[in-house]
Amino acid sequence: MIEQQYKDLFQQFRSELDANSVEGMNRHRDAAFDRFQQIGFPTSREEDYKHSNVARAFDADLGLNLRNIPIPVNPYDAFKCDVPNLSTHLYFLINDRYYDKPLANDPLPEGVYVGSLQRFSEEHPDIFNAHYGLIADYSDNGVVAYNTMFAQDGFVVYVPENVTVEKPLQLINILRGGVDLNVNRRLLIIAGENAHVKLLVCDHAVDDVHFVVTQVTEVAAAAHAEVDLYELEENSLKVTRLSNLFSEQLEHSHVVTSGITLHNGYTRNNYCFRILGEHAQVVAGGLAICDRKQHIDNFVFLDHVVPNCTSNELFKTVLDDSATGVFCGKILVEKDAQKTQAYQNNRNLLASTTAQMFSKPQLEIYADDVKCSHGLTTGQLDEDALFYMRARGIDKEEAKLLLMVAFTRDVVDLIRIDTLQERLAMLIEKRFRGELMRCGNCNVCK
Amino acid sequence: MLQIKNLHAIVEEKEILKGINLEVKPGEIHAVMGPNGSGKSTLASVLAGNPKFEVTRGSILFKGKDLLEMEPEDRAREGLFLSFQYPVEIPGVSMVNFMRAAVNEQRKYRGEEPIPASDFLKLMRDKRELLGMDSNLVSRSVNEGFSGGEKKKNEIFQMAMLSPQLSILDETDSGLDIDALRVVAQGVNKLQTKENATILITHYQRLLEYIKPDQVHVLYAGRIIRTGGPELALELEKRGYDWLINP
Repeated sequence: MIEQQYKDLFQQFRSELDANSVEGMNRHRDAAFDRFQQIGFPTSREEDYKHSNVARAFDADLGLNLRNIPIPVNPYDAFKCDVPNLSTHLYFLINDRYYDKPLANDPLPEGVYVGSLQRFSEEHPDIFNAHYGLIADYSDNGVVAYNTMFAQDGFVVYVPENVTVEKPLQLINILRGGVDLNVNRRLLIIAGENAHVKLLVCDHAVDDVHFVVTQVTEVAAAAHAEVDLYELEENSLKVTRLSNLFSEQLEHSHVVTSGITLHNGYTRNNYCFRILGEHAQVVAGGLAICDRKQHIDNFVFLDHVVPNCTSNELFKTVLDDSATGVFCGKILVEKDAQKTQAYQNNRNLLASTTAQMFSKPQLEIYADDVKCSHGLTTGQLDEDALFYMRARGIDKEEAKLLLMVAFTRDVVDLIRIDTLQERLAMLIEKRFRGELMRCGNCNVCK
Repeated sequence: MLQIKNLHAIVEEKEILKGINLEVKPGEIHAVMGPNGSGKSTLASVLAGNPKFEVTRGSILFKGKDLLEMEPEDRAREGLFLSFQYPVEIPGVSMVNFMRAAVNEQRKYRGEEPIPASDFLKLMRDKRELLGMDSNLVSRSVNEGFSGGEKKKNEIFQMAMLSPQLSILDETDSGLDIDALRVVAQGVNKLQTKENATILITHYQRLLEYIKPDQVHVLYAGRIIRTGGPELALELEKRGYDWLINP
């Protein structure tokens, strides 16, 4: 049994694991291991993983860099980021490790901490311990338990109360390796009361080996805080991305996320939003463009615990060739969550006869005074629109492209960084034109 | 310019056009009239190349070329324009991008460079003013949220932008109030020259008060059963179609 191999590895290398991490992270490993022993990796026998047999990704013979052997990389060489185009504070993770060389960023507002998760846990143990591992619930999620066992470093954003970080932050996850690798990465985003911050996370695989990446992101938005988290995946076909985002928000907070999959191999994105304070809002967007044998599975769980909150989900998928798409959207409106407004939209476009889409909305509503709706469509391009455009002299292929770009428009519109919107619109068009080759460079910055 | 000979066409295995013969010369305006379901819109769709319709017999020559061999986009680039009876809404595609793509595809076909941005904007403004269209309409998505009248104006606006040689207006007058009708008709008249031709497909004589046709054809059950001058339209207005259908 493959799973056993990882359990053995964990026990055998426990001292190296701990020695190359920090107490704040180490203290969670035992409980996570206990749970992992009970549940293991999810397989397609589980309803929520019916179309994504995640366990299979770990069948491969994967290395783990537990001893933190340095991987030589100069991210500035690998990514000649032309910052003026997208003006951000720029940071890097090399696999799961924070890139700890000085970066040419403007100073951040006072009290803001952005950087290594390890160091943050040592410099601000109280804040770290009050959040890390507490938002990401692994009780029924083997991937998150596994990540908690093995994660040794990662990236943190901490914005204290009443502070606004004007310029967006940008984290580039660089995957490097000479052999097939398993990477377990952590992200922690803490926004204090009335704090405002925007973060863009870009995934890029540099080397042509297999990567199996687990990423656990914890977001804590205090009262009146605003957190924007945008993720852009541009990985190769050889990358398996297993992302788990957990967000908890308090009253009057506003969380906006958008996951854009431009190029990938095998991707499962789990989103778990818990709304714990009244008058909070969440906007969750997602867009995937897949072809060849790419696989995208977006799984969203949205928990309305308290009254008077609003959630808005918009997930779109464009599938060509033999690509597979999965969407599952669970909305839970708990008994006390009166006056909830929850909207879910899932729209999928099939550009070939061999692409497959599996989509499932699940609404559980226990309050009686709520507005909830869901819409789901999977179809082809509108033939009438196509003919209308051709009748104006527009080439059939060009017309299709315009319609596909148009299809993605409203997801891009959810993003609250104008320059990123423009950049993304351009990248999407390039992607459809086949001009965006598999990752190898940071297309957002270039 | 256009020669239709013995045209038969089917949709969903039902024959709609059963032998149409029609010749249109440069500078002419033809009106095609007839009761509902007589095949008027099918004729327009077949001319534009809508793939939902299949031509089973007959031929169409456009400027001497075999029109039926051409893809819809090539028909448009050759100078054929259809004003849709039901213009299609295309959310997410702005009018500006749509028109720029259309104009440039036609230029490319003629071996010309893409239109410079400033010329394009000026062209848009001139033609928009010609139709009395609100400036915000052209910044919106194609036809999205347009009223019925705005959609029809938008068709004529596109026609003005593309200056076609043969325009087919399919029920462009339906759903227009009297003021909008006048604006649309004025637009069509301004665009009419000695070199181009227009086919007006309509139910009513109303439009023909503003646009004078050279010939009026009555289409019934897939055939042209009567052709005459403008006076035929007036007679139809008075007497209806019955005297022609059941003589």
